[in-house]
Amino acid sequence: MALNPTPGLPPFEYIKPASLAEASAFLAEHAGEARPFMGGTDTFVRMRDKAWHDKFVVDVKNLEGMRNITFDPQNGLTIGAAVNMNQVAASPFAQEHYPLLVEAARSVASYQLRSRATIVGNICNASPAGDTLGASILLGGVLHVYGVDGERDEPLSEFFHGPGKTNLKPGDIATAVHFPLPPADAVGRYIKLNRNNDGDLAIVGVTVLGYPDSATASGFRFKIALASVAPVPLIATAAEDILANSPITDDTITAAAQAAMDASTPISDTRGSAEYRKLMVRNLVKRAVSDVWGKLQG
Amino acid sequence: MAHHTITLTVNGETEVVTVPAHMTLLEMIREELALTGTKNGCASGECGACTVLFNGEPVNSCMVLAVEADGATVTTVEGLAHDHQLDPLQEAFVESGAVQCGFCTPGMLISSKALLLRAPNPSDDEIREALVGNLCRCTGYVRIVDGVKKAVKIAAQSEE
Repeated sequence: MALNPTPGLPPFEYIKPASLAEASAFLAEHAGEARPFMGGTDTFVRMRDKAWHDKFVVDVKNLEGMRNITFDPQNGLTIGAAVNMNQVAASPFAQEHYPLLVEAARSVASYQLRSRATIVGNICNASPAGDTLGASILLGGVLHVYGVDGERDEPLSEFFHGPGKTNLKPGDIATAVHFPLPPADAVGRYIKLNRNNDGDLAIVGVTVLGYPDSATASGFRFKIALASVAPVPLIATAAEDILANSPITDDTITAAAQAAMDASTPISDTRGSAEYRKLMVRNLVKRAVSDVWGKLQG
Repeated sequence: MAHHTITLTVNGETEVVTVPAHMTLLEMIREELALTGTKNGCASGECGACTVLFNGEPVNSCMVLAVEADGATVTTVEGLAHDHQLDPLQEAFVESGAVQCGFCTPGMLISSKALLLRAPNPSDDEIREALVGNLCRCTGYVRIVDGVKKAVKIAAQSEE
């Protein structure tokens, strides 16, 4: 039999509900055999690879409000679930107030993939390598979810439980992600280590957000999220504490980077070994924190 | 298995097609509309050979369901030339030697077209970034980037 290197998708039914209520009811009724999709950039790859076997794919991206991106100077940025990553990167509000999110979104895959891929989809897919997850958590992101019991908010800091595992239940549809205004004078940086610069998945991803904070001994607060080095986006709290509790010097940054490395529990895979990933966490945290620190000092 | 009848505009022509739910836009373009310029490379959104303009934006057509294209406007590589006149990008690719085996070329042209639509005078870095999602195993990319730069010059000259 001839090997077909590029097989098509397995058969399934396409459902295009008219409302969130209809979509949610359908997904709940068909738990385990139906899933909502946005850009499909993860869904269709998984289905083609026969990792997912859903009978129904539910297209929720045309439902009300899904394509809106709005900014309120008091409350912050709300990105509808169907807003693609190029639209986020091109948003003047995102560029001005959330450049860290723009930097992360622009690092994902390629331009044409980003015209389908969404931040909310990236969040719901819950890959440990997800490029926009770290920025979304550090910026205080909250997922708006419509479920069978009505609407609810899911803070992203408590949302992820493992690769593909989140607080979402059958019948849930993520409708938007909301970000409060970032702390005053915050500076962010996302460093993504790839095998090449051609839209590859992160071997290691380091997201850092730093800002002045009079409540800490150092006068600054640094938040650090790590991608691809744990089953979930890893918040390097020990490293954050070191940077909060001691005056920021090269030695403090080095100690924090070491703490981030010690907290990492990566696996070895085709993209890199666990040992390599841990060392890269140390080096890239040092680099990212130093970059942010340099900008904070003006 | 349910089929869906969709209406869309492809290269300026209205098309009515009946497709199964799991057919990709790529499969529909190649097999239902017989527009075989768009290539099936990796079928997983990585190589860019299947890139088309979907409502004006470049997408990997292997990652879009045909049924999602109901009401959409699609431009494939066949839609770039008009009245037997090549698009400046096509002309520039020929002149620059940007085509070797040709498999990646339709995707390269569409991604480049999308770039020039949003940034008519791109820098080298912008060109390379716009083509990150288009793999070429022949040219080493230098002549493709040259081709895009030449297209900008051709377009500027034709406006003078």
